[in-house]
Amino acid sequence: MSGTRLSLAKGLNAGLRRAMEKDPKVVLMGEDVGKLGGVFRITEGLQKDFGDHRVMDTPLAESGIVGAAVGLALRGYRPVVEIQFDGFVYPAFDQIVSQVAKMHARSLGHLKLPLVIRIPCGGGIGAVEHHSESNEAYFAHTAGLRVVTCSNAADGYWMMQQAIESDDPVIFFEPKRRYHERGETEIDEGGTPELGLYDARVVREGSDATLLCYGPMVKTCLQAAEAAAEEGCNLEVVDLRTLSPLDLPTIMESVKKTRRAVIVHEAQTFVGMGAEIAARIQEECFYHLEAPVLRVGGYNIPYPPSRFEEEFLPTLDRVLDAVDRSLAH
Amino acid sequence: MSDNEVAGHARSRMEGAFQPSPESGPTPPSQIYGHFSDENPEMVQFVDADGNRLETNETNAPYAQIVEEMTSEDARIIYRDLVLVRRIDAEGFALQRQGELGLWPSLLGQEAAQVGAGRALRDHDYAFPGYREHGVAWCRGVPPENLLGMFRGVNHGGWDSNENNFHLYTIVIGNQMLHAVGYAMGIAADGDMGTGDPDRDAAVMAFTGDGGTSQGDFNEALVFAAVTNAPTVFFVQNNQWAISEPNEKQFIIPPYQRARGFGFPGVLVDGNDPLATYAVAKDALDKARSGQGPTLIEAYTYRMGAHTTSDDPSKYRSSAEVEIWKEKDPIKRMRGFMAERNHADEEFFAAVDAEADEIAARVRKACQEMPDPELPTMFDHQYTEYHPLVEAEREEFLAYHAGFAEEGGQA
Ligand SMILES: Cc1ncc(C[n+]2csc(CCOP(=O)(O)OP(=O)(O)O)c2C)c(N)n1
Repeated sequence: MSGTRLSLAKGLNAGLRRAMEKDPKVVLMGEDVGKLGGVFRITEGLQKDFGDHRVMDTPLAESGIVGAAVGLALRGYRPVVEIQFDGFVYPAFDQIVSQVAKMHARSLGHLKLPLVIRIPCGGGIGAVEHHSESNEAYFAHTAGLRVVTCSNAADGYWMMQQAIESDDPVIFFEPKRRYHERGETEIDEGGTPELGLYDARVVREGSDATLLCYGPMVKTCLQAAEAAAEEGCNLEVVDLRTLSPLDLPTIMESVKKTRRAVIVHEAQTFVGMGAEIAARIQEECFYHLEAPVLRVGGYNIPYPPSRFEEEFLPTLDRVLDAVDRSLAH
Repeated sequence: MSDNEVAGHARSRMEGAFQPSPESGPTPPSQIYGHFSDENPEMVQFVDADGNRLETNETNAPYAQIVEEMTSEDARIIYRDLVLVRRIDAEGFALQRQGELGLWPSLLGQEAAQVGAGRALRDHDYAFPGYREHGVAWCRGVPPENLLGMFRGVNHGGWDSNENNFHLYTIVIGNQMLHAVGYAMGIAADGDMGTGDPDRDAAVMAFTGDGGTSQGDFNEALVFAAVTNAPTVFFVQNNQWAISEPNEKQFIIPPYQRARGFGFPGVLVDGNDPLATYAVAKDALDKARSGQGPTLIEAYTYRMGAHTTSDDPSKYRSSAEVEIWKEKDPIKRMRGFMAERNHADEEFFAAVDAEADEIAARVRKACQEMPDPELPTMFDHQYTEYHPLVEAEREEFLAYHAGFAEEGGQA
């Protein structure tokens, strides 16, 4: 079966379903993931089909969810846990950074922790506080974790299965404002993934500057590239997909070609992913650059009340403004 | 000072902290029940301080059969464990003092709690320790030398957890309680609970201290175990001190009573009475394996030494308190009981002492000979699969060191 267009939410759901069909050790757990299908309906219908042993509604306790999942993984299961919203992962932060990230190394390789922690991320949905955060840098900063994020349904479908198959713990960020948009990519559910889990993808080829982005910002950057094209500026857009490890070869190849880079993410720029990427680019591409590497991101304030979020989040215009500044050099 | 005076001493500490007055509200229940003395009638005990078998009473009756069924051989196993574990611990302490280890958390005084629990576990049960569970490790068959690596700084735990079903030590207080419950949920999901087949049914025991009961993870673990009926036994060693903080800084309702509020039974046991800790642990594990759900055991004991070799207990507790607890020594008690029942002769006791000497020498030698890890292995096992950043940094590191070798001929 090929060529279905699904929303990201449905793509993720199909990916989870496929992983559960393939491996009886895959279990889902989290708050409201059962009958309700999660507050974003990502696990919809799975409990009905796989039973409440494999799709477990848990107590409302994030450290408990992740900590119990660690134990299940040690017993040979492959738990996929859902954190309801980005801002609620902090009670589980201790388990994630102190235990999940370190278990394999501290056991000198004896123990594996095939655990996926799904986190709906980012803003743009008009939510109250603690529902719109981009906390990927905390996790990317933690050695022992792998951190990925998808931006479209096909990636959601395949990356979810690849994350579940990984023997390393994976933090899986899902851009919540893209969950229910009309599907723009085609999913060949019976096919094979086009890319590895830790590969970036050039989603639009260009020659004048590279936009490096991920998750919810991929769509914004593609729109910016279209707008720029109307003015004769040809932007390349790279969807990073993996934040730890970073796919540096793909990034460098693009930047060496276009000689200009603008990194776009929703998170605050201070000590964010963009800072790391910019540092790496200047180490590896110094003599190729025509302009300093620029960043577009959130301001260094807590995520603001939603009436401000249009100003806080990078918009197409802010991206284009940064491109202009780069080209002015 | 008599036992009563100790109880009085403990109470006076309490009264200082919670002087009942019209302003401060009702007296905390812990004071009413007298939990902070070892004369709480709810405490399961089988032998007195000299090892005399106490009468069967309402509290110990449910476990009496387990104790009566113990053979001379069982008693000798437990006695040997107590002595060897104490000796291994003493060696750890000495090695730290001699600069061979960076730190050592001593279990002195807690041998009966750990050996009772450790011996009640079956091979296919699983134990999740904190960082002081050297006695449980011993009962699980973890070679004592393996415990040293972490404290010497050559690794973060030198054993394969799945070899003896004994997880690595966990330093962040409380984290392991949830791992234990998750593992137990896995046992239940595998159908390895309540089948009636002793070779199949399994349970998990999770260890923490009195301070650990304040942690969120501890409490979340109790919630998860209760609602999933996971075959878990929570074993709280209440050694009365969390570094410098006494029980009254951690809880008002003692841990064993709190279990009820989570939906399963809690049992208070004399943690210096090896017969009682064994019987209570065995009963709880049998129940968990048969599908009757979790139990919380509070083993009331005392930490005879410092919290770790870096601690100075004279700053926060009286030596008189320590003297009193010497009287309740678990080894003395076990030996008294064995003499009364003719469970062993002098030859046996001498043989155990000789074995302790041998093990101590073996542990010392292993520690002194423990090599520093080879440098590039720092980068090993960070991930199960290829990770470009780790590989790049490993290469950088090797190139950096190779540079020295070229310059001076020395790596
Ligand atoms: C989360 C956390 N906070 C603080 C510490 C530092 N610390 C190590 S042991 C300890 C006291 C623990 O007391 P208790 O749980 O009673 O166990 P005990 O050491 O008495 O066996 C503290 C505060 C820690 N290891 N983990």
